[in-house]
Amino acid sequence: MSVQTLTYLFVGITFLLYITIAIKSRASSTSDFYIAGAHVPPLANGLATAADWMSAASFISMAGIISFMGRDGSVYLMGWTGGYVLLAMLIAPYLRDFGKFTVPDFIGERYYSQTARMVALLCAIFVSFTYVAGQMRGVGVVFSRFLEVDISTGVLIGMTIVFFYAVLGGMKGITYTQVAQYCVLIFAFMVPAIFISLLMTGNVIPQIGFGAELTPEYGGGYLLDRLDGLNQELGFTAYTESVRSKLDVFFITVALMFGTAGLPHVIIRFFTVPSVRAARKSALYALVFIAILYTTAPTIAAFARTNLINTVSNVEYSEMPAWFKTWEATGLISFEDKNNDGRIQYLADPDDNELTIDRDIIVLANPEIAQLPNWVVALVAAGGLAAALSTAAGLLLVISSSIAHDLLKSNLMPNISEKKELLAARIAIFFAVCIAGYFGINPPGFVAEVVAFAFGLASSSFFPAIVLGIFYKRMNKEGAISGMLVGIIFTASYIVYYTFINPAADNPEGWWFGISPEGIGTLGTLFNFLTAFVVCHFTAEPPQEVQAMVEDIRVPG
Amino acid sequence: MKHTEKNAPGYWQENIRLVKILLSIWFVVTFLLGIVFVDQLDNIRFAGFKLGFWISQQGAIFVYVFLIYFYLKAMDKLDDKYKLNKEE
Repeated sequence: MSVQTLTYLFVGITFLLYITIAIKSRASSTSDFYIAGAHVPPLANGLATAADWMSAASFISMAGIISFMGRDGSVYLMGWTGGYVLLAMLIAPYLRDFGKFTVPDFIGERYYSQTARMVALLCAIFVSFTYVAGQMRGVGVVFSRFLEVDISTGVLIGMTIVFFYAVLGGMKGITYTQVAQYCVLIFAFMVPAIFISLLMTGNVIPQIGFGAELTPEYGGGYLLDRLDGLNQELGFTAYTESVRSKLDVFFITVALMFGTAGLPHVIIRFFTVPSVRAARKSALYALVFIAILYTTAPTIAAFARTNLINTVSNVEYSEMPAWFKTWEATGLISFEDKNNDGRIQYLADPDDNELTIDRDIIVLANPEIAQLPNWVVALVAAGGLAAALSTAAGLLLVISSSIAHDLLKSNLMPNISEKKELLAARIAIFFAVCIAGYFGINPPGFVAEVVAFAFGLASSSFFPAIVLGIFYKRMNKEGAISGMLVGIIFTASYIVYYTFINPAADNPEGWWFGISPEGIGTLGTLFNFLTAFVVCHFTAEPPQEVQAMVEDIRVPG
Repeated sequence: MKHTEKNAPGYWQENIRLVKILLSIWFVVTFLLGIVFVDQLDNIRFAGFKLGFWISQQGAIFVYVFLIYFYLKAMDKLDDKYKLNKEE
């Protein structure tokens, strides 16, 4: 069968699976809708959290980014996994013991203030919307590249599927589709990795192949030494050497970790398990399932880059394999014969370089570049869609529960009946899907940049407020609110300044202390903590019942 | 009955001590081994890897999994000791 037919087949089967699950897990109460009735077993929650967390960016883009950044790509690997250590030890078990529906719920009650709840609600909606638009775009892109429909149709199909299980089942439907989506995405990610490792080094396990010697057909010698050599021959920095300053790497890693631990759509997954013990256990499962993909991504990055350079560098354009032409048609790869010798020169120097490669190609075209069987090539589309849809659904739920629960029920209409609240949640998710879809079809220019910064924003707003709320009994509403505002305003201003107002200064010389906008969330987080401490010492301590609540969530049961 | 810090004295202190130890390891592996001293560690090689490079792209992630595993086991034991949080 052709790749096209197989792709349709795989995508069709997985969509049918998601819809079946949706029909079987309809929500009948607000508790079902927001937190799946807190009945999700730890293993299922671990799988769902992993799918919820790993987005189109992790699946499609991350290996490619590492492939082109080499050593410096480590910030994403450590940042996006190390954050789970903080989440598991500082946040998840306590918020589970608190036992409510949303993150603004916790902030609002812990800081005994509707203002705090509203600030948290706005941060949650802002972070979630920027993130979800990127996912919808990812759905559209996968559809257009693999199934030859246009991006808008792709986004519409994606919206319909998410709409189906999110509106019907809320968190309950989302959880069990995410479990299925994890299985699809990890299979689609691992199969090509195992194939390529076997082909190039003779090792079944890519993590071992990463440090192994290449087979004689590929020229022998250790893979990483070979890659260092190839990079240097072409004028790039050696693959295992760093370009960024240590300070900046340090700051970016911290911002990604704190941001991971502060993202509302990840935190609410821990509300869905029955107990504190189950919350801890699902944090472990989640990281194990995430680690499978995250330790494989850098191996794909290295294998694919070696393969790519070997295939294209200094080879006649007319001898390029079929995949080169296919991906040229999509604009992901382009060749301009500057010196008219008919050969492709792929070099670091922009004046002599003739090949432009989009980093997404590393994952999307990897199976074709390595000449893997058609069914492996066809898997990638189903995997990319699973990754994008699962994350989108989790984010949409945060938006819906923020509006129906935190805005309506807790603020504007406290007497609303449960039935009406459930209806409001469904309507909210319906509109959220439509808005996300609109941004997916007409992406504002800033989406791609802002998604990367969502971590800095989550880190500088939520992380300190939540951690202090648990570990520092004396923290009061004045401290927390001023801290959140200082943190997010500082971080957002720095990012906006370098991205939109003065992009010319967006380089290591122009940055404050050499910290890039990606890493500035760390400084914002620090300012949040400092402001909170100073303000809280000049204002009244929190009421007795709030302090008692903190004592209560510190001890489970 | 509701369990709080008052009727389970010592639980919170033991919890804090455990988290401090584990987060120190987390800090050392990520920031000292994975970032600050990475060039020195790169002089050590095993298989096809430079040690510093391996820690920052593979090793640290394995350590994180191990840390959460250890936390889970230790906290379950602590809960049992204080007879808290029984699974139904």
